[in-house]
Amino acid sequence: MSDKTIILKIEDIHKSYGKEKVLKGISFSVKEGETKVIIGPSGTGKSTLLRCINGLTKPDKGHVWLDGVEITNSNVNLDRVRQSIGMVFQNFNLFTHLTALDNVRIGLVKVKKLPRDVATEKAIAMLKKVGLEKKAHLYPAQLSGGQQQRVSIARALAMDPKLILFDEPTSALDPELIGEVLYVMKNLAESGMTMVVVSHEMGFARSVCDEIIFLDKGVVVEQGPPDVLFNHPRNKRTREFLCKISELYGESGER
Amino acid sequence: MTSIFPLLRGTITTLELTILLLAIGLAIGIFLALGQVYGPLPVVAVINIYERFFRSIPALVLLFLFFFGSSYFGLSLSPFLSAVLALGFRSSAYQSQIFRGAIQSIDEGQMMAARALGMKGFQAIKCIILPQAIRLAIPPWSNEYSSVLKDTSLAYAVGVVELVREGRYIIVRTFEPMLVYITIALVYFVLTYAGNKLLAFLEKKLAVPGYELKLKEAKSTKYER
Amino acid sequence: MSLLSLIKEISPQLLEGTLVTLQLTGFAISLGFVIGMFLALGRLYGRGPVRKFCIGYIEFFRGTPLLVQLFIVYYGLPRYGIKVPSIVAALLGLGLNSAAYQAEYFRGAIQSIDEGQMMAARALGMKKLQAILNILIPQALRIVIPSWSNELIYTLKYSSVAYIIGAPELMAQAKFIAAENFRYFEVFLVVAFIYLVIVSLLSWILRIIENRVRIPGLQTS
Repeated sequence: MSDKTIILKIEDIHKSYGKEKVLKGISFSVKEGETKVIIGPSGTGKSTLLRCINGLTKPDKGHVWLDGVEITNSNVNLDRVRQSIGMVFQNFNLFTHLTALDNVRIGLVKVKKLPRDVATEKAIAMLKKVGLEKKAHLYPAQLSGGQQQRVSIARALAMDPKLILFDEPTSALDPELIGEVLYVMKNLAESGMTMVVVSHEMGFARSVCDEIIFLDKGVVVEQGPPDVLFNHPRNKRTREFLCKISELYGESGER
Repeated sequence: MTSIFPLLRGTITTLELTILLLAIGLAIGIFLALGQVYGPLPVVAVINIYERFFRSIPALVLLFLFFFGSSYFGLSLSPFLSAVLALGFRSSAYQSQIFRGAIQSIDEGQMMAARALGMKGFQAIKCIILPQAIRLAIPPWSNEYSSVLKDTSLAYAVGVVELVREGRYIIVRTFEPMLVYITIALVYFVLTYAGNKLLAFLEKKLAVPGYELKLKEAKSTKYER
Repeated sequence: MSLLSLIKEISPQLLEGTLVTLQLTGFAISLGFVIGMFLALGRLYGRGPVRKFCIGYIEFFRGTPLLVQLFIVYYGLPRYGIKVPSIVAALLGLGLNSAAYQAEYFRGAIQSIDEGQMMAARALGMKKLQAILNILIPQALRIVIPSWSNELIYTLKYSSVAYIIGAPELMAQAKFIAAENFRYFEVFLVVAFIYLVIVSLLSWILRIIENRVRIPGLQTS
């Protein structure tokens, strides 16, 4: 594992909104094929952190390297960088005026400038990967939440990203729809995709992820493999948080 | 019977005016709206002043300003052209409000998702924001169509030979003011009705299945008339 | 002659016109208010023919230009023995026109009130008319304020059209002055400025009123 290349490295990320310091120096790195899960109470800047990684939010201080290239450098073309970082949002953010197929295809056609037929073929392949090729011609509003989120994963996947960021991908979903999305994510992780996931789905974390990062009040409180973190948390705050989470989501979380 | 032809001619001029005004208003209005939403502060301020000017001053006064102003500055625009410019700019101020409301009603996540895919700002606006905003804008735009159509009648005052003025000429010949004006009113009524029907059809045709786009309430109240 | 001395020279006459404009607007909006309220109620609660008449009225006045309506009143009606001075014709035309728009705002406001209000009023033993008068209309009037403010400003601006039939308001005075000194552009620039000031002032006042009469805690959409 350790000889794998580091895909993402972030160092000392700071971000405040007005007087409120949201991130106070976050550092970690993600190796190729790894899945890291970020947990932590709401309002601790998990979403902000993800947006700092792909430059949707500009960090006040700190550095981000993608595949050895520093992307927090001001002369880096962020649009190009974002092509290689997929993002999946809590509210899916599918383009409401486009069909599932077009949602997956638009990045290929408009950003990657692929010929239309090639893009179509690829988009359909991606929809197949998330099990939705039959829904290709439906609009987002005609799909269930779970299906919408799977389309949005396909949309991210189609760009051949080096890594995908997931921002609480299941927290806007009805409980019975969470499983299908986690299933797709699990397959993705097992197929070797590099992923950074903000989620409180402990079952998912336990079974797939390589490391859990516990974020609280803008700092990394504790990080480590799921076994260690779940069974022997060193920090009191981590323990309390895990207790709360298991009350809310169930201990085993085998969905 | 001999009155039918001038009325028809007037109707065509009225329609020409309407289409020109709406087109000018649309082209400028969308730009103004984008400037207001995405532009830097000074641009926003300038657009606000432009809007305030064209929305606060009565259409008739604008017509005179453009008509007499053009000769004051040595341009001497024809009545038709000064009407097109005055009312076209005026419509752009109203349309910019329509499109601004529509753009602002679109969830910010749409822009974020587009940027996350690697789209450039203007690409995201062109491919993601505007297609949705335009759909949203159709109902208020339909209102703007009715207003513009009716306001073309004011071009009468600077001497454009549109429907009302053709009517005036007929009355001078026939001494039938009631008949002529009621007929003209009916023509406007039919044009308003037909245009609105057409736009409603367009709205239905462009509607995204299963999805009801909604304008944010507070913003839509502004252009009711 | 500089613009300033021109302004000084023409301002008494323009002021006179401005006063007529304001009066015309005030009377027209009031006339529109009364007729508009009846039209709204007629369209909402009226029986067959009443309802149809109200709808027809509203659609006709909203679907045709104000200028044509003024011409019908001023040039059309005398044929049938109804001859009024231009200022009265202007007032009638503007008022009847505004009534159609106000009716639609009232209707929208009344319809936006929760059905439960009517039910609760009826449950108290109120007759339908009583419920409308005591419960629905007071609420509707508050809801309608933003669109009504808008309508007031529209009426003010469109009162300028009355000059075409010869009502001696601001535009007419301006045209009159300009025909004498041939300084059309400058005169209309001053007129534009006057409208700009009145409209801005009026919107400001109306916004203050809007905030004053807001019912605490009640969100109206």
